[in-house]
Amino acid sequence: MAYGSYVIQRDLDFVIRRGEVFVIMGGSGSGKSTLLNHMVGLKQPARGDVVYDGESFWGSPPETQDELRRRLGVSFQAGALWSSMTLAENVGLPLQTFTRLPARQISEIVSLKLALVGLAGYEEFYPSEVSGGMLKRAGVARAMALDPDILFFDEPSAGLDPISSRRLDDLILELRDSLGATMVVVTHELPSIFTIADNSVFLDGETRTMIAYGNPKTLRDESPNPTVRTFLRRGAVDAAARGAAV
Amino acid sequence: MVVARTDAAVSAATLAVHHDSSDGAVLELAGPWQSQHGLAEPSGLLDELRSRAIRHVAFDARQITAWDSGLVTFVLRVLREAAQLGIDADRAGLPEGVQRLVALAEAVPERQTGRSDARPPWLARIGASTIATARASSEGLAFLGESLLAFGAFLRGRARFRGSDLLVVIQDCGPRALGIVTLISFLIGLILAFVGAVQLQQFGASIFVANLVAIAMTREIGCIMTAIVMSGRTGAAFAAQLGTMNTNQEIDALATLGISPMEFLVLPRMLALIAMMPLLTVYADLVGILGGAVVGIGMLGLGPMQYLEQTRDAVHASDFLIGIAKSVVFGVIVALAGCLRGMQSGRSASAVGLAATSAVVTSIVLLIVLDGMFAVILNVLGF
Repeated sequence: MAYGSYVIQRDLDFVIRRGEVFVIMGGSGSGKSTLLNHMVGLKQPARGDVVYDGESFWGSPPETQDELRRRLGVSFQAGALWSSMTLAENVGLPLQTFTRLPARQISEIVSLKLALVGLAGYEEFYPSEVSGGMLKRAGVARAMALDPDILFFDEPSAGLDPISSRRLDDLILELRDSLGATMVVVTHELPSIFTIADNSVFLDGETRTMIAYGNPKTLRDESPNPTVRTFLRRGAVDAAARGAAV
Repeated sequence: MVVARTDAAVSAATLAVHHDSSDGAVLELAGPWQSQHGLAEPSGLLDELRSRAIRHVAFDARQITAWDSGLVTFVLRVLREAAQLGIDADRAGLPEGVQRLVALAEAVPERQTGRSDARPPWLARIGASTIATARASSEGLAFLGESLLAFGAFLRGRARFRGSDLLVVIQDCGPRALGIVTLISFLIGLILAFVGAVQLQQFGASIFVANLVAIAMTREIGCIMTAIVMSGRTGAAFAAQLGTMNTNQEIDALATLGISPMEFLVLPRMLALIAMMPLLTVYADLVGILGGAVVGIGMLGLGPMQYLEQTRDAVHASDFLIGIAKSVVFGVIVALAGCLRGMQSGRSASAVGLAATSAVVTSIVLLIVLDGMFAVILNVLGF
């Protein structure tokens, strides 16, 4: 992964299994969101590939890439809802574009998706008329519009109060369990990581590669790498070590 | 054909109602219940439940091969209607995922927002738009007043803004606008000369093309065309830039520091346009006269010196000064309309687009109206 000649991360190699909640974690600026952009097909990696069910994404022709993209749902950091459309139109657009359902069924599915994220009754609101947390949830509803196999979340709990953030975590787990979808979550919120993650990868900004891969709880207790342990214990190891040195 | 129809039947979702007792029914769902295959309409089923006075409904989904949101919306509708009819529904036969999704969808009750698509009556619409117009004009006046105060602060040397910002805006609305101003005024001069030449040649008075072009460019066309170009080019840019700053709360950030956005953002833009508009106008006048000369010399066969002499005799200093004076006023209008719409802009991408549009419309309307007023007043005063 690189911007021009500036390499952010190299030698990343990991597998996400179907139906698991996979967390991409790391400090600020370690390249988590860039990795997400590579995975969802927004930005081509400088070298390497992303493979879905044995099918190469970046090695495929554009039509195949578009088909693969439709199996993914992406929920962006600030919702990224189209401001000139109501919440219902935002969620309905992918359905109108990629399915041949009649308008009434589309509006039923839209209401269902909004109800799933707790926004029933907000169909006719514009994005500028609802709060930041609601925007984020509406973004999740839009990401789910086409019943994707894989849902990506970029920093789902950033900027939310602890209760809303907890609810969003529960929503991610509930959706995974009921839809059977795979969830890929970029986050550095520890409570969230320990609540939802089945598996994770840790990107390190200094060595510019992944330095841990596995269940975060196991990593916290057993990782041989001090950076990972420190991160997952909120710097507690570091503080203890410094205390011992003094 | 027959084969195709059989295939369609196999790959479609099916629904059968099985009556297990006098007032109970089991809905048997089978096949792929996915939206891409088309979904069953629950209305016929509900009519049947109603007509048979069913009291209990259960689901049997063992034969379902695949499902997605389509099944969930169907189940939700059946459950909602059943609840209204007082029918008791047993969800245990549904796939576990569907049960959980239905529970999740019902967890937060629908918010009664009282929104409706109904249009208010015409009297109410007239009233609402009158109130909106009145509010917009008072906001416009307030903005004018605040910008005057900011200008006063500038004259007293107390205005807070960065000199480098002023230079950047000057560069953007001065030198960088030369290209388009050159093109437009050269062609306008050329067109004026053409139109004049066709008429004046009939009387053998083609030398007066020089008078026509020179007077029209210096008094009217030079400043008004420059102002219109600047309103589309720079006024819209001001509105879009300030609107986006408003969206990103950059204007709020200035205000919380006690820095007046009027001084910091609006003043440099106004000063830059007030300084650049007269210069651009003089430049446009000259390029327009050059355009006229190309037609006069090239097409009408007038000598270059002859054309120049005729132009010098035709234009008085007052013509030039009137054009320049108007251009200063037009500069203020373009800058104010752009900044006003930008500061008023809502906080979304579409609102910023609206702000840019409305900045250009506002400034062009004001430009033309003021130009007409100038023409009448100058005529009365005898200039």
